Amino acid sequence: MITLQHYLILAAALFCIGLFGAVTKKNAIAVFMGIELMLNSVNINLVAFNRFLAPAKLTGHVFAIFIMVVAAAEVAVGLALIISIYRHRKSTAVDDLNLLKW
Amino acid sequence: MDFNAIVSAVMSNIVFYLLAFIIIVFALMMVTSKNLVHSALFMIVTFLGVAGIYVMLQADFLAVVQIMVYIGAISILLVFGVMLSRRDNMDRSNLNNSFGVAAFFVAAFLFVIITRLMVATEWIGLVSTRPVESTAGQIADLLLGPNMVAFEAAGLLLLVAMVGAIILGKGVDQSK
Repeated sequence: MITLQHYLILAAALFCIGLFGAVTKKNAIAVFMGIELMLNSVNINLVAFNRFLAPAKLTGHVFAIFIMVVAAAEVAVGLALIISIYRHRKSTAVDDLNLLKW
Repeated sequence: MDFNAIVSAVMSNIVFYLLAFIIIVFALMMVTSKNLVHSALFMIVTFLGVAGIYVMLQADFLAVVQIMVYIGAISILLVFGVMLSRRDNMDRSNLNNSFGVAAFFVAAFLFVIITRLMVATEWIGLVSTRPVESTAGQIADLLLGPNMVAFEAAGLLLLVAMVGAIILGKGVDQSK
């Protein structure tokens, strides 16, 4: 029988893999992919909690939809920023973006 | 427990472990791949697995939205970003920085702590009693009823993000 804990542990594993990817990657687009994985794991958590602990109303689904909206907006603006930075500096490596360091 | 209930429990076990295996393996391949385009393709498979998990959780509307938004829009956007920003050798486009070992230990430690807490907690209502039905109508009632303001704010956020992305990508004409 699949219980709430199975879903939570799956989401935890996905979150930690995304965290590892977001921290270790050099390319800013790969960092974005890690962040997307983390957002997905949070959505799994919300839907699983809603189904098992409060199945009367679908509040968790609505939360997940808002997270998807914010993720889509974040990716659109972030990629526009990355492409704009690439045009000026010919690089998408986050290590090269040290303009504010003195 | 009669025969049909046992069969359906075994089937849901098999489907869940298959989906979990696909999600974890492809997420790991995405994180470890040296080629950024391959990473994006592995990420699409991971998102498909998450859509399957939504179906298992009886979230039919969210499963469709996951496929349309994540696979149809976000993955394509990321692939476009890769194509617009790389000219040279793709095989070394997705390298790791020098934090690899430390990040691995931090992520593994976090996973162990979360798993330990989840196994130790006494959850109420571990088996769902919700009947199988379509969720789109109820989500619409919630979005356009009690969460109306947040819904409008989300729409405004998407509009602002779209205009901002266009201006950042295209550049502003300074002569005017």
